[in-house]
Amino acid sequence: MSIEAVQVSPRQMTWLRRRRALLRVWRELRHDRSGFTGLLLLVFFGVVAAAAPLIADRSELLAAAGRNNPDLAAPSAKFLLGTDDIGRSVLSQLVWGSRVSLFIGLLATVVAVVIGSTVGLISGYVKGRVGSLLLAIDDFFLVVPFLPLAIVLAVILGRSPVTLALVIGFTSWAGSARLVRAQVLSLSERGYVERARALGANSRHVILRHVLPGVAPLIIANATLIVPGAILTESTLSFLGFGDRLSPSWGKLLDGAQSSGSITLNAWWYYLPPGICIITVVLAFTLFGRALERIFDPRLAGR
Amino acid sequence: MSSNEQYSGNALLELRDVHVAYPARRRGGSVARAVDGVQLILQPGEIVALVGESGCGKTTLARAILGLQQLSQGTIQFDGESIPTDAAGKKLFRRQVQIVFQDPTASLNPRQSVYEIVAEGLRIHGNSENEHKIVSAALERCGLHPADRYMLRYPHELSGGQRQRVVIAGAMVLEPRLLIADEPVSSLDASVRGEILKLLQDLARDKNMAVLVVTHDLGLPWNIADRIAVMYLGRIVEIGTTEDVLARPKHPYTRALLSVVHEHLQLEQQILKGDTPDPTSIARGCRFNPRCPMVQSGEAERLGILQKCLNDDPVLPNKQNNDHVAACHALNF
Repeated sequence: MSIEAVQVSPRQMTWLRRRRALLRVWRELRHDRSGFTGLLLLVFFGVVAAAAPLIADRSELLAAAGRNNPDLAAPSAKFLLGTDDIGRSVLSQLVWGSRVSLFIGLLATVVAVVIGSTVGLISGYVKGRVGSLLLAIDDFFLVVPFLPLAIVLAVILGRSPVTLALVIGFTSWAGSARLVRAQVLSLSERGYVERARALGANSRHVILRHVLPGVAPLIIANATLIVPGAILTESTLSFLGFGDRLSPSWGKLLDGAQSSGSITLNAWWYYLPPGICIITVVLAFTLFGRALERIFDPRLAGR
Repeated sequence: MSSNEQYSGNALLELRDVHVAYPARRRGGSVARAVDGVQLILQPGEIVALVGESGCGKTTLARAILGLQQLSQGTIQFDGESIPTDAAGKKLFRRQVQIVFQDPTASLNPRQSVYEIVAEGLRIHGNSENEHKIVSAALERCGLHPADRYMLRYPHELSGGQRQRVVIAGAMVLEPRLLIADEPVSSLDASVRGEILKLLQDLARDKNMAVLVVTHDLGLPWNIADRIAVMYLGRIVEIGTTEDVLARPKHPYTRALLSVVHEHLQLEQQILKGDTPDPTSIARGCRFNPRCPMVQSGEAERLGILQKCLNDDPVLPNKQNNDHVAACHALNF
C-alpha cells in the first residue's frame, strides 16, 4: 500500500471502498457471458425507448394516422414491419410500446421492492405481534390468486400506466418480502450485530450499518428479477383488455393482433414483433438478474 | 452479608444472588436454571477467570453482566449502582463495560474496513473528534502497528489473531472499566493464544481495567488471572487466588478438572462419571452429588456427610476478597 493511500479521510475511504466494490461487480459481470448479454440487450431496449421520438413521430400512433395507408400491409421499405389492421406502422407502435412496457415494468418493480423490503425488514427485525401480523399479510399476498386480484384492482382504480404499475407492484411484493425477511433474520443473529449492541448501538444503527448493507445486494438482484414478471403481467392485462387503451404497450399490440385476426390472415409482422420483444426483454432482465444474484450472494459464488 | 457490604464501597462489579432462568420450551417442561445463585465481586483492575464446562451458565452470566440478559432474581451492581434500564443510562453503561467474543471472525462485519470497525464504538457514542487519532492509537496499543497499514484492510485479509486484536481495539476505544472476554482465545491458534492473553493482561494493568475471562480451559488462567472462580451448574463452587485454586484445589469438581489438565500436581486422573449436568434438573442437596467422586467412592459416607451431600445445598462461605473458599460439605467437616 502506498503512502498516499494512507492519508485519506474516513469519508474518502468509504468512497474508495464503494468504488472498489462497484469495480468488482463490473469485472465479474464482464466475465459472466449470459449476464453481460442480458445487460447489452437491456441497454439496447433502453436506448430505443429513450430515442422513440427520434425513430417515429408520436402522431403515427393515432387511429387517424393510418387512414391513407394500406391495412395489414406486409413489411416494405416504407413500413419496415408492415401495418396493423387500421394502417398504422407496427414499428412505430413497437418503438413507443417499449417505453410503456419498460416504464410500467420498472415502476411496478420499484413499488414491489419498496413494499417488499419494508415488510421483510420489519417482519424480520421486529419480533412479536407486529412481526407475526406482517408475516400473515405476506402469506396472504403470497397465496392469493394474483391475476384476478390485479384485474379487479385495475378495473376499480382505472387504467392509466401509473395506476397499472401501482396495481402490478402492489400484487407482486410478497416474494421479495420473504426473501428479505430470511436474510434479515440471518443477519441480525450475526456476531457483529451482537458486538454492535454491546458497544451500545440502538436498532437504528444496527439496521443502517449492518442489516441494510447486508440485504441491499439481495434487494437489487431480486428487483431485476421482478421486472420481467411485471412486464409480463402488464402484457397479460393489456392482452385481456384491461390495459390502458390510449398507450401503445406491447401487450396491447398483441391484443390488437389477436382481435384483428392477424394470425388467421397470416400477418406475422403484427403479432410476432411484440411477442419477441416481450420475450427478449424478460429474458434479458432474468439473465442480468441471475448474474447479479450470483455476484452478490456468496453462497452462489463459484457455481 | 456484612463483609460484602464493606466491599461494595469500592468494588467495581458486585453480583448478589444472581439467578437467570430460561422458561420451559414446552408446556409442562422444566425451567432451565442457567445461573442459580451467583455471588461475585470484582475489584477495579483485577483479572478474574470464570471457569466451567460448557452448559454451566458462564456465558449466560457474562450476558447478564452486560445487561443483555434479564435476571430472574438477585442484583448486579456496577460501580455501586444497579445496571440502568433506561436508554440513556444503558448507553453510558455500555461505554464502561465491553465484551470480546469467542469468534473474532463472526464479530467483524466482512463489509467494513478495520478502521470502520474500530471507530464504530466512537461513532455510536457520538465521539468523532480525533477519531483517526484514537483509532490509530487503539490499533497500535493492541499490537497492530503501524496502524496505517491495517486501517484500510478487511477482516478477511487478517489472520485470526489479528482479527481478535481488532475486536479488542474496537472495545478499547471506549476506555471501558470492565472487559468481559468470553473464551477470547479458544478459536485461535495455540501459537497466538499467549500473545492475546498477554495483551489483555497489559491492557488491564495499564488502564486499570477489570477483566472477566470466561473460559472452559483451566490451563488458561495460569497465565493471566489474579483470581479464579470455578462454576458448576449455574453456581460458583470454588473461588480463590489463581495460585490457591490451582495448587490447592478444595472442591472435588475442581480437583477432577485439574487432574486432567496439570500432570505435575500429581493428582490421580479422575474422569467424572455420571450424567452431564442439566440445568433443567438440578440435583437435590449438593448439585454436584450425582457426579461427585467422593460420593461415588464411598468417601463421603466414611466421613459421615453423605446425608448432607444428598439433602443440603452447600453454600459458598462468606468471603473476604482473596479468601480461598469452596462450597463442599467435606470442607466443613
